[in-house]
Formats: sequence, structure tokens, C-alpha cells
Amino acid sequence: MYDVIIIGAGVCGAAIARELSRYQAKICVLEKEEDVCCGTSKANSAIVHAGYDAVTGSLKAKLNVHGNERMGELAQELDFPFERKGSLVLCLSEADLPNLQALYDRGIANGVQELRILNREEVLQMEPNVTDHVYAALYAPTAGIVCPFGLNIALAENAYTNGVEFHFNTEVTGIGRLEDGYELQTDNGTFRARYVVNAAGVYADRFHNMVSDKKIHITARRGDYCLLDKEAGAHVERTVFALPGKLGKGILVTPTIHGNLLIGPTAIDVEDKEGINTTAEGLAQVLEKAGMSVKNIPARQVITSFAGLRAHEDGDDFIIGEAEDAPGFIDCAGIESPGIASCPAIGEMVADILREKMGLKENEDFVSTRQGILNPNTLSMEERNALIKKSPAYGNIVCRCEMVTEGEIIDAVTRPLGAKSLDGVKRRTRAGMGRCQSGFCAPRTMEIISRECGMSMSDITKAGGASRLIAGTNKDIFIAAAKEK
Amino acid sequence: MKDYDIVIIGGGPAGLAAAVSARQSGIESILILERDKELGGILNQCIHNGFGLHTFKEELTGPEYADRFIRQVEELKIAYKLNTMVMEIGQDKTVTAMNREDGLFVIRAEAVILAMGCRERPRGALNIPGYRPAGIYSAGTAQRLVNMEGYMPGREVVILGSGDIGLIMARRMTLEGAKVKVVAELMPYSGGLKRNIVQCLDDYGIPLKLSHTVVDIKGKERVEGVTLARVDEKNKPIPGTEEYYDCDTLLLSVGLIPENELSRGMGVAINPVTSGPSVNESLETNLDGVFACGNVLHVHDLVDYVSEEAAAAGRNAAAYVKAAYDDAGREGRQTQDTGPADKAAEQDLPNAEKADASQAVPLIATSGVRYTVPSTIRVSHMDERLTVRFRVGGVYKNCFVSVYFDDERVVHRKKQVFAPGEMEEVRLTKEQFLQYPDLAAVTFRIEEE
Amino acid sequence: METRNLTCINCPMGCALTIEMEGNEVVSISGNTCPRGEAYGRKEVTNPTRIVTSTVRVTGGAADMVSVKTKQDIPKEKIFDCVKALRDVEVQAPVHVGDVIVSDVAGTGVDIVATRNVGIYRFDPA
Repeated sequence: MYDVIIIGAGVCGAAIARELSRYQAKICVLEKEEDVCCGTSKANSAIVHAGYDAVTGSLKAKLNVHGNERMGELAQELDFPFERKGSLVLCLSEADLPNLQALYDRGIANGVQELRILNREEVLQMEPNVTDHVYAALYAPTAGIVCPFGLNIALAENAYTNGVEFHFNTEVTGIGRLEDGYELQTDNGTFRARYVVNAAGVYADRFHNMVSDKKIHITARRGDYCLLDKEAGAHVERTVFALPGKLGKGILVTPTIHGNLLIGPTAIDVEDKEGINTTAEGLAQVLEKAGMSVKNIPARQVITSFAGLRAHEDGDDFIIGEAEDAPGFIDCAGIESPGIASCPAIGEMVADILREKMGLKENEDFVSTRQGILNPNTLSMEERNALIKKSPAYGNIVCRCEMVTEGEIIDAVTRPLGAKSLDGVKRRTRAGMGRCQSGFCAPRTMEIISRECGMSMSDITKAGGASRLIAGTNKDIFIAAAKEK
Repeated sequence: MKDYDIVIIGGGPAGLAAAVSARQSGIESILILERDKELGGILNQCIHNGFGLHTFKEELTGPEYADRFIRQVEELKIAYKLNTMVMEIGQDKTVTAMNREDGLFVIRAEAVILAMGCRERPRGALNIPGYRPAGIYSAGTAQRLVNMEGYMPGREVVILGSGDIGLIMARRMTLEGAKVKVVAELMPYSGGLKRNIVQCLDDYGIPLKLSHTVVDIKGKERVEGVTLARVDEKNKPIPGTEEYYDCDTLLLSVGLIPENELSRGMGVAINPVTSGPSVNESLETNLDGVFACGNVLHVHDLVDYVSEEAAAAGRNAAAYVKAAYDDAGREGRQTQDTGPADKAAEQDLPNAEKADASQAVPLIATSGVRYTVPSTIRVSHMDERLTVRFRVGGVYKNCFVSVYFDDERVVHRKKQVFAPGEMEEVRLTKEQFLQYPDLAAVTFRIEEE
Repeated sequence: METRNLTCINCPMGCALTIEMEGNEVVSISGNTCPRGEAYGRKEVTNPTRIVTSTVRVTGGAADMVSVKTKQDIPKEKIFDCVKALRDVEVQAPVHVGDVIVSDVAGTGVDIVATRNVGIYRFDPA
């Protein structure tokens, strides 16, 4: 019997797990995928929004502003990449100025610091590649960009270090009530807990509705993105938004924390909660609309495109708290944008709710810091040579595009909650995330995983499940045919 | 004092040929830096035959072709470091490299030859929509898995792109027991050699669909199928022409891109058409003493031409080093007699001379010719004969390649077919140039008559 | 009279050959621009042959596979017999370019030879 079971190991599940691990409790996280950060958390804009978008007084507004404030310190503690680059919301005509002003006023009401409205000249001086049609812009210096994988993985690793259990490849299929809690059926055994936290992203409505008569409904809203080469990374210095429309914040153009340029997302409601396929129309729309905010986007420099699903709840706000008619069942549902920015605050909020309900005592052994995978590029030549002498794998470049060494990849697969797949390594080290998109390093990374984890090459997957990378060995078909004869 | 006269970045066919030629031109101090565990580069995984007809007058496989040059490098005792990644090259030709044994180290070179080769364009560059499951490989990655490691990436294969690697892999996968269902090509013609279309596709009854592309990829975890569609003249898919193919693998052979990260980092000017450095007749970039050859300069289709080009780069780098020593010798003697101010003036001299002699004549590619290598010629630095290589932008039948010295046509050569997949060349002589002392530009065109 | 259309592969020109045949006899060849084209066309319709390249497994080697080829070309219809004959072949390192891996493969009278060197695997403690 666990004290708390958290469904989902995305940023919210991991943030909640990490905050709960400050207390004495038996906690586990159930994740249907093979790794943390496999759903909405891995495919989004990776923006730490300033907090002027959401309706004043909403949970979104409150948690966004608070989460944004916490992000800097968290990045220090948990060693993941985050930078406050600032953001601009563009207004392209005088007629739209009242809408921009309204956004400014809302930001002030929400408690966003340092907001300013810039005139055309100021904007163009700041971002020369912004469209010539710009009339004014809302500048929010506190907005930032983060590595969403780094954030999610750091939170989970820290929770794990502080005693939280993680069960991967474990999909919850049913939830039953017990006298003193809940029983969760999964495809990997039955789990019991006094409290359940529902941080299941686009599936959060499914689990909520299993225990509550007050139904909620989540729509999977797909966002297509294009990622551009680092050569295009400096095209804009800050995140550039268009004025928001009905379906979200529109198509943004932003540098990523690793120096690429990211454009997207679309907002297309889909039936399939696994429907992360991009479409030709979606990708065309991204390029077209991005071009309305920022000129001369070098479309030839696109290195990959992808899509993610936002968990949009009908009520248009985060749902966080105990379900009214299901005591001990804590929802963390409808977490769409600004989810990344809010997750530190969401973690705190859910942990507070449970601490109060459960009367949790502090975990005196709690370690608040975690060390990320060492990036040798941050070392001096002397330090780097000392490292290579001690561990020669740091002298061997495996991913040429992102200059990732074998040492980093070994670290990624052998550390707590380490990577087990090519994508797992990619999210932790960036190996395969560069301009050749793993063409060169994939076979080499597979060899390292095979060696370090004692897996055969044919069992290595791209991202768990049936995503095997190798189908067999040379001429095995002929060998099999000969045997049959 | 420099650590090496010539440092060669890359030990593939270009680097090897450049090294051999530089040594044969009298340079002792040469170092090849190779990132893989063996010399030979991509040739090691190109196990098919057809290499070396021009160079060795016989048909070799890729590894055999590489072996011929590796043996020369060994016999000439040219130094090389394997498993060594060049991290950065400074404008002053200091090369920062790294390997397990030496750690991170810096080498100063008198001349640098860039021979890093090229890499494959990934799926993203095409923005193919659909899922991102396992089973999508670039053809070269699949080639490595099959030929070097003995692993089959899949059983039922669709190939997008009819470049040579795509064609070669269609046959390789077939001969290892896979079923290759179709090769789709976006353009109305194949980018591969005729020989490969015949011997890799026709021999095995593999259909080639020209003017087709992939419009959807099905399969959330592993590829389950792809949808092809015909494209119009603007390469846009035509609705209603979709055809679905069950398969577990999609191989992409959609082009090669010269790998010029290091070049850009050191300030080498890049030609946007080739994505390789702009070079003069000596295959020298805009940076003094920095040369480029092979696929890093422009993508070749025959390795023989790579070897030929690289040998020229090796010779030219050797000449550069010798000239630098001559200058340094002169300078050294004078420094003893004169003050620092004079020394500075003296240092400027080689540059001044160069500017004077450079009178660099631009080579202009137009009317069907996409680019030329080199892109400028300094007549004073020309060999007696100079091979200018170029590619055309479309298929031209029974047309002429013409070279104009200003307004006068000096070359007019008919060819039955020019195709973008095949590199062309024209040889120009120094004598031709000497007849035009005031030459402003040389223009390359494809003409109907 | 049967007409066959082939693409000459001798050089990048890729001449379109038209070959007229009477049974197994070549009556005429046209479309070629050089004598090599005619020779290719004649051979391709009467006795087509290919060099076959493949790989076989190596034990104890610095590489897992060694690339191989038929030393001379073999009849085109023997290609699959040839690769199937290699399905169980395993060689011991070291292997050198030119080493005979299989002699008289699939009854063609042609040997399979190695096309690359594979040294003996040395344990690298790093």
C-alpha cells in the first residue's frame, strides 16, 4: 500500500513527485511509457511564459506567475538549462493596440513584473527580423526558455533520489475505490494507495471520470512544430508571439535553449490521444503564420518537424485539487500552456494539499539538489583533459552535430532513471538532435546502450514498446528458408 | 614554428589522395586527422563495385579503392590519428582536436586541407508529414548497419530518393533478403547513375516512380506503411494520386550536404549553391593556406574525380607551404638588418603581390549551369591545364556546354545528355587565358546550339 | 523479330540502346555512341553477367563483417544462388584484401574474395 500514487511522469507528475519527496511518505509514479517526459511534456514550445495571458484570478494565471518566479532557482538546484530571454507579443496595427493594452493590463493584474509596451522602433531595434508591419509590442523580460526534457528529467531524478519509486511501461487500466484509498489496475500488476494524483495529461479526464460523477472532458489539441538548424538559431533573440487568438497563443518564433530556432504550434483538435502525426497542412500553416510575425525565416534550415498534444479542458483552466465526490483523488488535469512555466508551482500546490490532508512530516534526508549530465563543453581545456584522462570515453565524440561524447551517453544510460532507448539518450544528451538527426550517431549510440545495459541490438528501441530499430541480421531470411527445407 | 606543414581534416578518399599528393610534392610534415576508427571514410561501407575505372583502370569495390590509397599513405609513412575529432579550426590555422588518448589538443599548421566529406539530408529537411516511428533511416545509416555491422534495419522497404546511395541500398537490402517495394523520386529524373538504375533496380524488378514523393508515414511505434503521391511541376503532391505501401522501413536518399561546420567556424566563405567553400584555381578558400577538396567542396558522384581534385589540392597546398618558407627565409634574413617597422612592411609584401597577381577572374555559372568549381581563377597561379567541374540544373539533351571569355565563345562542346546527377567538367588551358590579358569574366552556359 | 531496349551503363552517358534480335541472334544494335556500347548491348542480351558484392561474418576480428565480391562476374541468373551460398559463411580474422573466402561459389567457377582487411580484435581496456 502506497501513501501516494501519481499517474503520469510528465513535468507535472515529476514536479509533484519531487515536492512530495520532501515529506515522509511512500510514493510511486506509474508511467505507461518507457521513460519520463514522453507525452505533452516532450513536444511543446518549451516557453516559460511570463503570465499575462491567462484570465486574472484563474489557476493558470496564478500558477504561471508563481512558477515563472520559481524557475530560476529550480534550474540552479536541479541543474537544467533555463534562460530568461524575454518575450514579445506583436501588434501589427493601430486598431489592435487596445488588445495589446488589455494584455498588458492583465499582466499587471496577474502580478507580472517589468512588463512594457514598446513602439515599432523599439521593437525593431530589439529584434530586427520582426515583420516590417509591426506597430507595437508587449515586452515581458521575465519570460524564458527551458529545456523541457531537462526540466522533466531533473525533477524525476531528484524525486527518485529522494525515495520515490517509478514504474515504467505501466498503464493504468482501471481504478477501484477501497475503504481507505484506491486500487489501480495496470497492465503491469495491481497497485494500491491511500491517495492518487491524476497527472495523466491528455488522459486525465479518463482517470477522473473513473472515480467521479462530476465529469470532465479533455480535448487533445495538436500543435505542429518545425525545428530549424542552429545556424538559424539567432534569427530572433527572444520569443516572438502574435497577438493571441481563440485557440491559444498562435504561432510563435523562438530560439530554443540549445540554440535552434523553433516555430509553431498549430492548434488542431484531434480525436486520437496518441495522434502526434504532423500533417502537410499543419506544417505549411506553421511556416506561413510564423512568416507573418518574423520575416525571412530560412525554411530550408528545417531539420525536423514534430507534433505534441495539449490537454485542453472544456472549462479552459487547470483543474487542480481533490475531486469533489472522490476523497483522496487529487486531479492535476487540463494542464496545457502555460504548463511548463507553472509546473514548479503545480508541484508545490499539490504537495501542500496532500501535506495538509495526510499530515505529512518532513523528510529530513531530503536532498534538494541534483547534478545533471556533465557537458564537457562547459569545461576549460585543462579540466576537460583531466576528465578524459580519468574517463577516456569523454574524449570520444559520438554525435558529431551536437558534439556529444561517449562519456555523456554512458552517464545518460547508467544514471538513476537512466535512458533505455535512443530517444531517451537523445532527450538527456542531445545525441541525435542535431542537423543530421541521428543519421550518423544512431548505430553508435545503439552499440553503447547494448554494451552498457547488456541488451542485444535487436532489443534496442527508438522509444520503447514496438519501436525496435533492427529487424534481424543479414541473410537471416535465407538461413530460415534453408532450415525449413 | 608550426607543428605540421599540412594538416588534413578527414581521412576519407579526399584526405588520403591529398596527403599522398602533398608528400609526392615534397612535403614531409603532414598529419591526417580522422574521426573514425579507420582510414577510408565512407568508402568502407560502400562495398559495391564500380570505383576506380578512371584512376586504376579497373573496377574496384569501395574498400578496395580506399585500400589502394591507405597502402600509399602507409608506404609514404604519412602520419595520421584515428578516432580523432577536430573540434575547431582557428583562422590562424590552429586545429583543436580530441581523442581518447591525447585528450583535447591544439596543432598549428602552415596549411590546412579541408576534406571532411558530406552528410545526408535528414527527413526534416523535406518536412515529410506523419508520425515519427522507428524504421525511418537515411540510406547511408542503413548502409552502415547492413554492410559494417550485419544488421537488417527492416524487411519491407520503401526508398525515397533515387540518388546513388538509395539505388545501391535497394540492391543491398534485396540481396540480404529484404523486399524493396518501390523507389520514389521527387524529380522527373533520377539523381543516380544510369548504371545503378539498371543494375540495382531493373535487375531486381524494383519499380522507380519518378515525380513521386512520400506524403504520409503510418505507424506510431514502428513504420507500418507510407503513402506516395505524384507531384506536379512545382513538386506539390497531386490529390487523388495517393498510393499506400505496406512496409516497415522507409529509407531516405534525399541528398547530401557538404559538412562545413568547421569551415564556417573558421571564417571560410561558403558558396550557397554547393554549400561548400568558394575556391580559386588552387582550390584555396578565401583564407590563405586553407584548401578544400572532395565532397566537402561540392558533392561528387565518382570517387575518381574526388581523388583527382584532392591530388590537386595536395599539390597546391605543398606549393603554398614552400612559398611560405621561401618568404619566411627572405623575411628572416632581412629582420636581422632592419627594424620592426620594415619587418611589418615586408610582411605585407606577399599579400600585395598576391592582390596584384590575383586579378581573380570570376567564373560565372548561368543558363543551366548551377555552379563551377573553382569559382575564380588567378591566371598567374594556374597550372598549364585546369579542370573546371560543374553541375547542370536540369536534363538537357543534345545540347552544348559553352564557355565564354567575356563575349567570345572559346569552348563549345556537344553532349547527348546533361543531367543534374552527373558532374561535368571542362578543361581550360593557361594558354587560352594568356590570349585574353584583360579578361573580366568567364561564363559557363548550356546552349541548344 | 524481337526488339529490346536497354540503357548502356559503360559511362555516365547512359545511351539508350535498341537491339533487334532473331531468336538468340543479335540482328542489329543502335543508339550507342561508342564500340563499348555495342559490346555491352550484345553481351547483355546474350550472356548478362554481374559482379556480386556482399558481406560475411568474421569471428575474432576488429570488425564484425568483412565485405566480399565475386572475383570475376558471374551469370546474372546466379546472383541469388551466390548470396545464398554465403548465408552461413563465417571466417576467422585476420582477413586480407584478396583472400579467397569461398571457392567456386554456387558452381560458377568463380571465387568469392575479401575486399577489405579485418585485423584481429584487440581488447581495448579504455
